[in-house]
Amino acid sequence: MRRVALSALLAHWRRHPLQLATLLLGLALATALWSGVQAINAEARASYARAAGVLGQDRLESLVPARGLPHLDQDIFVSLRRAGWQVSPLLEGQWSRAGISVQIVGLDPFTAPRSALPGMILDETRITDFLAPPGLAYGAPETVAALTGVVGLPPLAAAEGMAPGLLFTDIGIAQSLLRAEGRLSRLLILPDQPRSRPELAAIAPGLERRAPIEQADSAQLTGSFHLNLTAFGLLSFAVGLFIVHSAIGLAFEQRRPMFRTLRALGLPLRDLVVVLAGEVVLLALVAGLVGIALGYLIAAALLPDVAATLRGLYGATVSGSLSLRPEWWLGGLGMALAGAAIAAGQSLWRLWRLPLLAPAQPTAWARASTRALARQGIAAGGLALVAVLAAVHGQGIAGGFILLGALLISAALALPGILALMLAGGARLARGALAQWFWADTRQQLPGLSLALMALLLALSANIGVGTMVASFRLTFTDWLDQRLPSELYVTARDQEEARRLRDWLAPRIDALLPIWKVEGTILGGPVEIYGVADHRTYPDNWPLILGEADTWQVLARGQGMIVNEQLWRRADLALGDTVPLPGGAVRALVGVYADYGNPKGQVILGLDDLTALYPDVDRRRYAIRTDPAAVPELKTALTEEFGLPSDSMIDQGRVKEISLMVFERTFLVTGALNVLTMAVAGFAMFTSLLTLSTMRLPQLAPVWALGLTRRRLARLELIRAMLLAGLTLLVAVPVGLILAWVLLAVINVAAFGWKLPMHLFPADWLWLGLLALAAAGLAAAWPAWRLARLAPSDLLKVFADER
Amino acid sequence: MNARVAVLCAALASALPLCALAQGFAGMARDAEGYGLPQRGQRLAFPIDHGAHPDFRIEWWYLTANLEAPDGTPYGIQWTLFRNALAPGNPGTGWSSSQAWMGHAALTDETAHRGAMRIARGGIGQAGVTTAPFAAWIDEWRMQGIAPPGEDPLSALSLTAQGADFGYDLQLAAEGPLVLHGEEGFSVKAESGQASYYYSQPFYRVTGRLDLPDGAVAVTGQAWLDREWSSQPLAEDQNGWDWFSLHFEDGSKLMAFQLRGEGTAFRSGTWIAADGSATPLSDDALALRPLSETQVAGRRIPTRWRLALPAHGVDITITALRGDAWMDTMVPYWEGPVRVNGTHAGTGYLEMTGYE
Repeated sequence: MRRVALSALLAHWRRHPLQLATLLLGLALATALWSGVQAINAEARASYARAAGVLGQDRLESLVPARGLPHLDQDIFVSLRRAGWQVSPLLEGQWSRAGISVQIVGLDPFTAPRSALPGMILDETRITDFLAPPGLAYGAPETVAALTGVVGLPPLAAAEGMAPGLLFTDIGIAQSLLRAEGRLSRLLILPDQPRSRPELAAIAPGLERRAPIEQADSAQLTGSFHLNLTAFGLLSFAVGLFIVHSAIGLAFEQRRPMFRTLRALGLPLRDLVVVLAGEVVLLALVAGLVGIALGYLIAAALLPDVAATLRGLYGATVSGSLSLRPEWWLGGLGMALAGAAIAAGQSLWRLWRLPLLAPAQPTAWARASTRALARQGIAAGGLALVAVLAAVHGQGIAGGFILLGALLISAALALPGILALMLAGGARLARGALAQWFWADTRQQLPGLSLALMALLLALSANIGVGTMVASFRLTFTDWLDQRLPSELYVTARDQEEARRLRDWLAPRIDALLPIWKVEGTILGGPVEIYGVADHRTYPDNWPLILGEADTWQVLARGQGMIVNEQLWRRADLALGDTVPLPGGAVRALVGVYADYGNPKGQVILGLDDLTALYPDVDRRRYAIRTDPAAVPELKTALTEEFGLPSDSMIDQGRVKEISLMVFERTFLVTGALNVLTMAVAGFAMFTSLLTLSTMRLPQLAPVWALGLTRRRLARLELIRAMLLAGLTLLVAVPVGLILAWVLLAVINVAAFGWKLPMHLFPADWLWLGLLALAAAGLAAAWPAWRLARLAPSDLLKVFADER
Repeated sequence: MNARVAVLCAALASALPLCALAQGFAGMARDAEGYGLPQRGQRLAFPIDHGAHPDFRIEWWYLTANLEAPDGTPYGIQWTLFRNALAPGNPGTGWSSSQAWMGHAALTDETAHRGAMRIARGGIGQAGVTTAPFAAWIDEWRMQGIAPPGEDPLSALSLTAQGADFGYDLQLAAEGPLVLHGEEGFSVKAESGQASYYYSQPFYRVTGRLDLPDGAVAVTGQAWLDREWSSQPLAEDQNGWDWFSLHFEDGSKLMAFQLRGEGTAFRSGTWIAADGSATPLSDDALALRPLSETQVAGRRIPTRWRLALPAHGVDITITALRGDAWMDTMVPYWEGPVRVNGTHAGTGYLEMTGYE
């Protein structure tokens, strides 16, 4: 009996292949976006773990220079070893030339923790190449591929399992690559230490112990970004579920007569439900697998941009190539099953309670009542309250996302009610029978389309919100770049001695030489960079302060205060006048806060003399040069000839801006791509709903046709109706999108990046989006309308003949 | 003693693949092209030859001591510094130095055998050897000459090393002359002519202190220092060895080894009289036979031997203090103190490699 029942039920799909395709495609799309995003997240997390695990640094303590100096002397390493300390030297740094940049990790294979070394380094046939100049650099295959042919690097070799974006070389080779002869970044403390060794302070008083690098370093910073992606994935999934829900609902409604017949023939209700549930599971599995395959493609296409974003925003390196990890494809399959269950749950429940001989007529598919609208309205109001509460009391990124979620769902739930009111208003203004019929009929269709319209609303408001955020960010960022980069040329000397000669040589030739000297250290528990600023009008003229007094720059010059970037100010919850302990014990009062977009680290600026007094060993190799912009090329040539300064030691203002903007553009490429995909899913939802309705609406259209309206005219009205509804939805989406943008700029951004951005409005973008929405609606309605226009008159006549 | 060359290379091989691991102990038979080769008739010159010979591929300063606590408890210690050139020619300076160094240290008593290993490269000061004043070191392990000026720098030494669970700090004073093995220090290792430079200081009196998990122990005893360097000391078919350095109670000493190969073993050694006069032993002068084996690290290793040297009236049984004196370095080997009974009583050290 069950077999018969199953084949009878499956026959439905044979007769409605399009419906089957809709169902599968909807679920597959939803799963694809979700699992694609999850795949990206999983890959990134794996990359962070690998990066943190480089040379076992996630497990081993290390010794670093105590005063935040960038380097320690190599002799200290030898002294420690000869005193019994089992330590291994590391030299890390960024190597760059001609716009290509790569992280170099110099290590000593003799003392490095063996378990943490990539196997390739121990390859006996290459170890001598590794040790002896020109050396050998190991990198992840993609890193090696990206660097092939770059002049100035040692020969490259690919090693599996390495974190991307970095090269391992012998420490001696790294010293010459990074121009750090005799210097080390830090010393790893190996796990096995001998029986007795002197106190650290007795051998190397200038060093301090640092806990193992926590993986959280990157993971925390980038957590918000991944949460962002996840939210996008979830949004797409929700939109996709609308499609599935409507397809499954339609299939159930259309098969009611069949259910009745099967029950009447003696099929127990339980068996019927089991068979139907089995059918849903089967469909979900098929769609889920297709979705995972699609998700893989989406992730593979987006990952390089995500990697670029993470590198640009957080300095976190993520592999650009994707691997099939069980955590996301299993999760995707689970989501497909769960989604199908949610979508089918209501229908199964109804079937369970269906009286044996209930009328077999479709109930005009989810006919709406004023009561249902009111219920939705109340739910929307409740969620709106949640959103307001989250906005007022919410904290951090979680609060931001609760706000976002509540806002969007509330708006979606309220949409049918709002649209019903608008349509009622339209009906009141309507003149003439046809117009009145049009408005009334549109209202009649609203319940059937409401899910698709909710999906459209979500997609449109996400588009407006994210678009506004990105465009606001862009505008602010470019303005800020112009202000922050007033100097025409930036130079870095190879060592302190060269820096001194450079300064003497440059002094008479340029308008001003502004040192960019810095030390690194820890303030209020977090890593910061401490810069010194010269007493020069460049700064008061150009540097935008978020907070500060008129005399801030003079106070700095007198060495009586400090200014910090917005990130540190927010993170440490500082106020003007607060005194902050600096590394080494000095204390300075906070006299200003400046914007510092795109920088994941906290930053402090002191007066230059103050900096050198507190930290005499400060790295003094970098300078900004103020001069006539026209003289820059000449100056660069002169510097090359006079000092042999390599071209990558000098970078002009234009190039810095170019690089910064490039990073920015790539950052939001992914957001843009996800936006377009969400829109596509929403459009598809609308299409399936209209298609569903078109087959059921014949009884409502046939009388109008019989009264003399041509099929062509009717079809045109159908098109106009779809576009009208899309247009009205857009009207609702604009305010929702703007609130969304505000939440992103003022809440999520602050929590995620540590900076707040002013909001700008871009009405032209909305217009463009409106056209896009209308086009999507028009496209979605086009085929059902075309079918209507071509409908055989006999089909319309049949409506009157049928018993229904 | 060339045996140790293989230990060096094999251990380094697995530590760093500096030598071909695949070649195993036979790796020592590698082509020595570009390196210096020992020349028959070349006279050793001191103190210069106490120092490093970077143009040779391999070299070591290898010291073993048989010690005793005041209550008669026996101990043995090992202190070894290996040098290995990674490439022939100029050794280079700084990190690009082609000289690799490895230290092995061990402390054996009746209850346990404890060992440790260090690796370093030359050129930066982490490990090395100087002749004036004499010092050989890797990390905090140190063999330091403390002889007054004018005397042989090796005639008085201080010696220290430690691991996670042991340490020692010893003073050594030589009571006899340096001993040159083979022909004035030219020591042949195979029928096919492979050889090394090889001399010893076997006459040390030792006093000092051992650090053990249970506390410090004052000790006295005797020590034996081997110095050897070469570039290709083993023949291709040789794959392991058994090597003995024995102190007899009458003041005489014996260095004996056999290199096991595919055919018959190549045996050699030096009889050292109490006054330091040395007699090289020919291949057929020695009889060596394992008496019993110990199961160590999944292998069967002969830890009791019968040694006969009829020309000097020697017929002795050699028994390991502990059967498990296993150096669990990357390529492991057996090295530990022994007791001697028979026609001559005494103590000594035994080293065995190549047992699979």
